[in-house]
Amino acid sequence: MRWFGLAQATSPAVVEFLKDYGARTFTFVAVLLAWDQTVRWGLVSQNLVPLPWAVAKALWYGYVGGTLWPHFFETASETLLGFLLGSAVAAVMGAAVAEFRTLDRFIYPYVVALQSMPKVALAPLLIVWCGFGLLSKVVLVALICFFPMFVNVVAGLRSARPELIDLYTAFSAGRWQVFLDVKLPSALPSIFGGLQISLVLALLGAVVGEFVASQTGLGSLIQAASLNFDVPVMFACMVTLAVMGAAASLFMRALQHRLLFWNGHADEDPAKNNPAG
Amino acid sequence: MTKLLPAAAIDVPAAGASDRQSGGRRQLVIDRLTVEYRSRRGALKAIDDLTLDIAEGQFVAVLGPSGCGKSTLLKIVSGLLKPSAGTVFLDDKPVTRPRPDVGIVFQQPTLLPWKTILGNVLVPIRALRQPEADHRDKAMELLRLVGLEAFAGHYPHELSGGMQQRTGIARALIHQPRLLLMDEPFAALDAMTRERMSIELQAIWMETRKAVLFITHSIQEAVFLADKIVVLSERPAHVIEVLDVDLPRPRAGDVVSNPRFAAMCAHLRDFFQIGSAK
Repeated sequence: MRWFGLAQATSPAVVEFLKDYGARTFTFVAVLLAWDQTVRWGLVSQNLVPLPWAVAKALWYGYVGGTLWPHFFETASETLLGFLLGSAVAAVMGAAVAEFRTLDRFIYPYVVALQSMPKVALAPLLIVWCGFGLLSKVVLVALICFFPMFVNVVAGLRSARPELIDLYTAFSAGRWQVFLDVKLPSALPSIFGGLQISLVLALLGAVVGEFVASQTGLGSLIQAASLNFDVPVMFACMVTLAVMGAAASLFMRALQHRLLFWNGHADEDPAKNNPAG
Repeated sequence: MTKLLPAAAIDVPAAGASDRQSGGRRQLVIDRLTVEYRSRRGALKAIDDLTLDIAEGQFVAVLGPSGCGKSTLLKIVSGLLKPSAGTVFLDDKPVTRPRPDVGIVFQQPTLLPWKTILGNVLVPIRALRQPEADHRDKAMELLRLVGLEAFAGHYPHELSGGMQQRTGIARALIHQPRLLLMDEPFAALDAMTRERMSIELQAIWMETRKAVLFITHSIQEAVFLADKIVVLSERPAHVIEVLDVDLPRPRAGDVVSNPRFAAMCAHLRDFFQIGSAK
């Protein structure tokens, strides 16, 4: 009865919230339990899949004991620096190609052709060029981030409504003003789409780069642990990478939501949901 | 197809009688305008030797079948496009490049979704690189005129299609243009809103008395709103009829049942059929 009273007293929004998070927590606990029981009953060898408890212990030693932090920071900085570099170069080049027809003719076909090439194939070459340190990974991540971002910037800038550009032109506005006032805001939804894709790929690039050659980083730690059959540490690294990816993705979505407050309504029919017209 | 109402049988002023009624100075003159596009399939004539004029404060509707080059005409009048031959004069000066003293209302509201309604009305001021603060009062006054003063701080997605289009009209008036160009401004609205917008536009026009070039393919809309109707042929567009509408203003919604209104609509409709059978 008490529970009933609580449900009635709280607002529907809170109930919805509890339902959502309750459901999520349930899935999480259920998967952990199933995993735990499967390993405990010996259906899978503990040498291949550790107990959840063992992974938690590895994470605890890693982050409280401190051994995982340098690897975490290495991978995080490779990802972030590469992402920023690649996105920035892509934004500038994309804007140039979208604005200048000549550049478009010279460059765009090659960019599209290169896009389908798997960039991770360049990893060994980049190691040769840039060494075993941070730089080679940053360059690889930047290369991987470049393409989705570039394509989305070009497409976004071109999606601006021609009537709006006409309107600005009719008022003798300059090219730069049209770009800042009309084209860039119009391109933002598409640019954020590119950033989302790039961010996920950035982490992948960093890990692959570390697989090829590296002394620190979560990727290199996974490889080292693999040689020692230290499965709990490998799992700890994977959990870390999963959390990093999810956190970055959530951050980007929150930023997009804040900046593009108008965009969530883009596909609603304005005539329908409204006060008297 | 037989002609139900021969033009001679009803009291319709003949072509060329337009100057008689308004009497004012000619504000816009389009003189023997021709526009040709070069496309892959060769030259395409969009407008062929088109001549028309608008007197000061006159409401002129341009009526034509879809795709007859009406929007091309609008681009030329606003200076966004250069004609192949002929000239457009605005206040006796030829239009050679984009002019800021023309206000444009598009078929779609085309507002900036990231700006408030007030911000959108001020867009021409921004584009002209004048200080927005100086025109804020004027913008609020225009929003009052189009009945949106309570929505100044709202964003376009919070407004209905009709309200967005009214914002577009306020935006076109903010920099006090000499001429208002409207490119099928109500075409994207539903029939009910459309009728109401026509009545509101008439009220706005009667208050501001701007010269208006109103492009439409709705015969009723043209007769309801205009002082003068210019009928264009199919591509390449040229003038095939000029009709003065001398119904008294303000015209209310029930003007539709006025026999003269019906006669003019019938006349125009009839004319259209002849035009397309050519």
